[in-house]
Amino acid sequence: MRVLKFLLQKELRQIFRDPSILKILFIMPMVQLLILPLAADFEIKNINLGVVDHDHSEYSRKLVTKIISSGYFRLKDYSPSFRQGLHSIELDKTDLILEIPAHFERDLVKENQSTLLVAVNAINGIKAGLGGAYIQGIIQDYNQGIRTQWIQQPRLLPQPTIEVSFSDWFNPNMNYRVFMVPGILVMLITIIGSSFASNNIIREKEMGTIEQINVSPIKKSQFILGKLIPFWLLALAVLTFGLLLARIVYGIVPLGHYITIYIFASIYLLAILGLGLLLSTYAQTQQQSMLVSFFITMIFNLLSGLFTPIESMPEWAQVITRLNPVSYFIEVMRMVVLKGSGLADIKTHILAMLGFAVFFNGWAILNYRKRSG
Amino acid sequence: MNQFLVFVKKEWLHIWRDRRTLFILIWMPVVQILLYGFALTNEVKNSRIAIFDQSRDLSTQAISEKLAASRYFNLIKNVYSYKEIEATFRQGKIRLAVVFPNNFRNDLLHTNHAQIQLIADASDPNTANTLTNYASSIINDYQQSLTQNEELPYTIKTQVRMLYNPELKGAYNFVPGVMALVLMLVCAMMTSISIVREKEIGTMEVILVSPLKPFRIIIAKTIPYLIVSLLNIATILLLSVFVLDVPIVGSLLLLIGESILFTVTALSLGILISNTAKTQQTAQFTSMMSLFLPTLLFSGFLFPVENMPIPLQVISNIVPAKWYYIIVKSVMIKGLGFSAIWKETLILVGMTAVLLGISIKNFKIRLS
Repeated sequence: MRVLKFLLQKELRQIFRDPSILKILFIMPMVQLLILPLAADFEIKNINLGVVDHDHSEYSRKLVTKIISSGYFRLKDYSPSFRQGLHSIELDKTDLILEIPAHFERDLVKENQSTLLVAVNAINGIKAGLGGAYIQGIIQDYNQGIRTQWIQQPRLLPQPTIEVSFSDWFNPNMNYRVFMVPGILVMLITIIGSSFASNNIIREKEMGTIEQINVSPIKKSQFILGKLIPFWLLALAVLTFGLLLARIVYGIVPLGHYITIYIFASIYLLAILGLGLLLSTYAQTQQQSMLVSFFITMIFNLLSGLFTPIESMPEWAQVITRLNPVSYFIEVMRMVVLKGSGLADIKTHILAMLGFAVFFNGWAILNYRKRSG
Repeated sequence: MNQFLVFVKKEWLHIWRDRRTLFILIWMPVVQILLYGFALTNEVKNSRIAIFDQSRDLSTQAISEKLAASRYFNLIKNVYSYKEIEATFRQGKIRLAVVFPNNFRNDLLHTNHAQIQLIADASDPNTANTLTNYASSIINDYQQSLTQNEELPYTIKTQVRMLYNPELKGAYNFVPGVMALVLMLVCAMMTSISIVREKEIGTMEVILVSPLKPFRIIIAKTIPYLIVSLLNIATILLLSVFVLDVPIVGSLLLLIGESILFTVTALSLGILISNTAKTQQTAQFTSMMSLFLPTLLFSGFLFPVENMPIPLQVISNIVPAKWYYIIVKSVMIKGLGFSAIWKETLILVGMTAVLLGISIKNFKIRLS
């Protein structure tokens, strides 16, 4: 116990006397929490519209006005020909061209039918799909308006209609930030937990100071605990700082208890730090360990459900997400913050995380050798 | 020149003999491409739903079956109260609940009006929106099937043409992005760390007293990484053409030329970072914060730049990856020639010149 106390003292001093580490630890959450949520706005809006109007009629003008006033589209370009409209798509000036044929109004009124052409820059498939759907919806609406104008008596044909009402639970304002910020916080402490601990040990290896520890009477488990505890505390401090920022900047107050978050986070950090330790027992140089931990956290973060829903992934990827500690914490974080889930709701998550913690730490301790070479 | 080559060889051996690092450097782009290509989609399918059917008649059953049969939804549960719906949501088991009121079919057939309530888990607003849209269009279909389809007068038809990517594949968007990301990572981050490593271990001193000019030493350090990154570009392009079916429409030569230009930009950024950083940890952190994150954020392949607040949009212009991303998209996917991207190329050339200039000027021959 006394040995451990000295080790902890050494580690904490090492951390606190290196100003760059502290700077990193507090700048990183600031930057990520302040900029990422602003950037991660996936709502599809501000679609740049180019119009090629060959008709120049009242109808075509009304249609364009209606599209613009929907709020999804910004009129960026008015071209005389489709070729020129296409050119502005090539230059990324517009995302979508609406071509209104000559005699659009006449055909519609006299021949009962008229065709519009919509060409979408589909490199970004999601944006293109939604943009296309939005504009079709608006055109249909416009069409309905014209129909009721021309067909004199209102169509009161008694048709069975199903009215669909919507309720958006847990986030009635559809605020994307409430969804993203808790997830980003998880990503943050994952990076801190996994890379800092492993870098720290490798640095001792690279500098040669590990030799001194290896010849001292310090036990394996003491050494590992001595490395684990300081970063565990540090990561919890960063989590606290992050939660505070989320509360002050975005007004995010969890519906559930902070205690639930902390209980889960402390188990989660054990698992992630264990992973970091495990990596450090394999790597020889800092460059190696940085790259490996970067690689692994990248895969973990991408497959965590932070940016894309897990249900959309193919079967094999969903299996991987079950083996990914990050996905559990992100789910828990969102459940607690947005839905107010309690400990009872997340018990399977807690059990799984305990399993991860035992597995990674056990492996790390087994694999740590006091012998060099 | 011979001396220079010897140094290049030394650096190459550094990388070559560190098999773990080499392994990751080579496999990283492969894994990224495969993950983005197959695992990460925003497409909504197989979303778990629950149905609360208070009426249990022919109509509600028909609609339930229609919902369950669609590829968007996966009916996992019938619930029997609002309370149960809430509990199921809270456990994170479902994304959407469909509620049919009492006497649904009766109301529909006799008063011509019936209601369905869709309750979405809006903690993820985008998915919630998409799900309710899909569900209501399925319900709409059912409603249409009840009435005879009649030809409507005054119809505007819309033909939608999806340019460049008719199947709306995600790959078209991220292949260029992953290229920018990997190049940034390999060139800037790895170079800066490897230079700082020599400082930290103390071998820099040995190198600095060698007869070779200091800046040549640095150039020699970058060349192996340049080779690795060219290998990465080749892997990414091969994978995207043969595995993801994303064709290279434009000129391959132009694409490779522009990629080399961007590689040089990234390398000079790496040198710049190594000038200021004292420890490998700082070098890594600086590259993450000032290169990797901005590339991820502002190149436009993951996050839509046009939705960002104006200050961020302005900042995005100084991120080299943004310009490279535009270039790759234009050449590779739209098939445009040099005339369409000369502006972006010029910006990259300018950035590279400035960065190289600063890093040459700041390069210290003396150790602190």
